Amino acid sequence: MNTIDHHWQRFTLKQKLSRYAVYLVLVIAFVQSIQSVEVIPEFLLDAPEQMADMFSRMWPIDFAYYPVAVHDAMVETLNIATLGTLITLIFAIPLALMNASNIVNSAWCHWISRFFLVSSRSVNSLVWALLFVSIFGPGVIAGVLAIAFRSIGFVGKLLGEAIEEVNMGSIEALKATGASWMSILLKGYWPQVLPAFFSIVLFRWDINVRESAVLGLVGAGGIGVVLDDSMNLFQWDRVAMSLLAIFVIVILAEIVVVNIRKRLI
Amino acid sequence: MSVTQNTAERSNFLEIRNLKKEYTAGNPILKGIDINITEPGIVAIIGPSGTGKSTLLRCINRLIDPTDGQILFDDADLCLAKGAQLRKLRRQVGMVFQEYNLVERLTVIENVLTGRLGYMSAWQAWRRKFSQEDINTAFELLDAVGLTEHAKKRADSLSGGQRQRVGIARAVMQNPRILLADEPTSSLDPKTAVEIMELLERFSAEKNIPALVNIHDVKLASRFAKRMIGMSNGIVVYDGPPEGITDEHLKQIYGGESWLV
Ligand SMILES: Nc1ncnc2c1ncn2[C@@H]1O[C@H](COP(=O)(O)OP(=O)(O)OP(=O)(O)O)[C@@H](O)[C@H]1O
Ligand SMILES: [Mg+2]
Repeated sequence: MNTIDHHWQRFTLKQKLSRYAVYLVLVIAFVQSIQSVEVIPEFLLDAPEQMADMFSRMWPIDFAYYPVAVHDAMVETLNIATLGTLITLIFAIPLALMNASNIVNSAWCHWISRFFLVSSRSVNSLVWALLFVSIFGPGVIAGVLAIAFRSIGFVGKLLGEAIEEVNMGSIEALKATGASWMSILLKGYWPQVLPAFFSIVLFRWDINVRESAVLGLVGAGGIGVVLDDSMNLFQWDRVAMSLLAIFVIVILAEIVVVNIRKRLI
Repeated sequence: MSVTQNTAERSNFLEIRNLKKEYTAGNPILKGIDINITEPGIVAIIGPSGTGKSTLLRCINRLIDPTDGQILFDDADLCLAKGAQLRKLRRQVGMVFQEYNLVERLTVIENVLTGRLGYMSAWQAWRRKFSQEDINTAFELLDAVGLTEHAKKRADSLSGGQRQRVGIARAVMQNPRILLADEPTSSLDPKTAVEIMELLERFSAEKNIPALVNIHDVKLASRFAKRMIGMSNGIVVYDGPPEGITDEHLKQIYGGESWLV
């Protein structure tokens, strides 16, 4: 006697209905949003024309402008990204330690650290930059702090997760030797977290190079300032120069990071 | 009182009195253990899975906090020790683990040297400021366990048996007054298991200290142990020389008899 039901369907009726409901909601949302953004057909239609026009103004690229203003601004951008990433560590490392359940065993600490990590991530770097520009005035300091505060959440969260993945057996063994808490941190946790740490920091630095390139649009220093000025003056050949420089530096940062990470593992 | 005098006078190494441990209230795992370790050499602890052998060893170096009782060691009660005093006592208790528990990304020699962490400040540890004496001892120990040529390799490149040798060297590096080993041979093949037991026997003889070894292999245990402790259901049911263990005892310890060949 065979009582086992061999009938099988991928989705039950209830699942099917809910899937259709989701599709329906998506279509409605799409139609709604098209209506609410009020796309003006004329603007949409001549967009290709406008684009072609802009490109023709960008060409030929004003390479002579590079030594005049772009180079220094580019260096400033890299400095903002690097300094910002380093300052992040001052906050992110303690928060990561507080957030790792295998280091601090207190719900209070976890909530506090999570609060700071989430706040840092939920505010866009441009908003951080606006905030710091209004405190410190326009310039590099605002850019550095914007990058730093934006990155705390990212670095702190990933680092905390990496810490939670260490082999607790080794930690226990060091505890059994009578090592102090700090020694265990340095000789047990750190060697195990080290590859992840550098990987995370480099990854964030790479993101920060890209982010700091736009910070200048709100006055927080770097290449963005040059870009903004040229745009305001309709000097499209100079805009093109700045964009090209950003493009090259982003690619270079990527290559550097990929190569270092390869060596770490 | 000088240190040498102290060891000469010492009549017992470790005394466990009425030790109790409950992980959850009202559910005791250790139900009053009394063990007095008076002589150096291997003491094998046997007993069925889940009876609390690991719990007992981990209470001794306070990786677990006992619920009640006393563990007298080096003129102090380990159960009451806290902070710096606890760490000072811990460094005199070397522990060997079933899963070796090395810091995989450090080199073999550095793993051995971590046995000295209890004697150093964190700052010294960070700067790898081990004394020349410690470094010499570490290399001697590596030589003793037959791993000299692996000293500069990373620990994760070693085999299980080699890792356990490093684990033993690390424990001995602490210059301990007692060794604890929680199933040090369970992950190893029979030949390597014997070699590991030989090492434990050798170091306990050289250092003139006892080694408490949790072990499931009764034959291996009786081959090396001077004394056997049989545990069942959280109490000691046999305590005596290995020759004194009869099938009756084994039945009592493990329950049933079909497994006795
Ligand atoms: N951290 C813990 N929290 C709660 N219960 C635990 C914990 N560690 C062990 N136990 C329980 O305590 C009992 C004894 O465990 P223990 O590991 O000491 O046994 P064992 O004799 O070493 O067994 P084995 O031979 O399998 O290693 C088991 O029932 C186990 O479930
Ligand atoms: Mg066990």
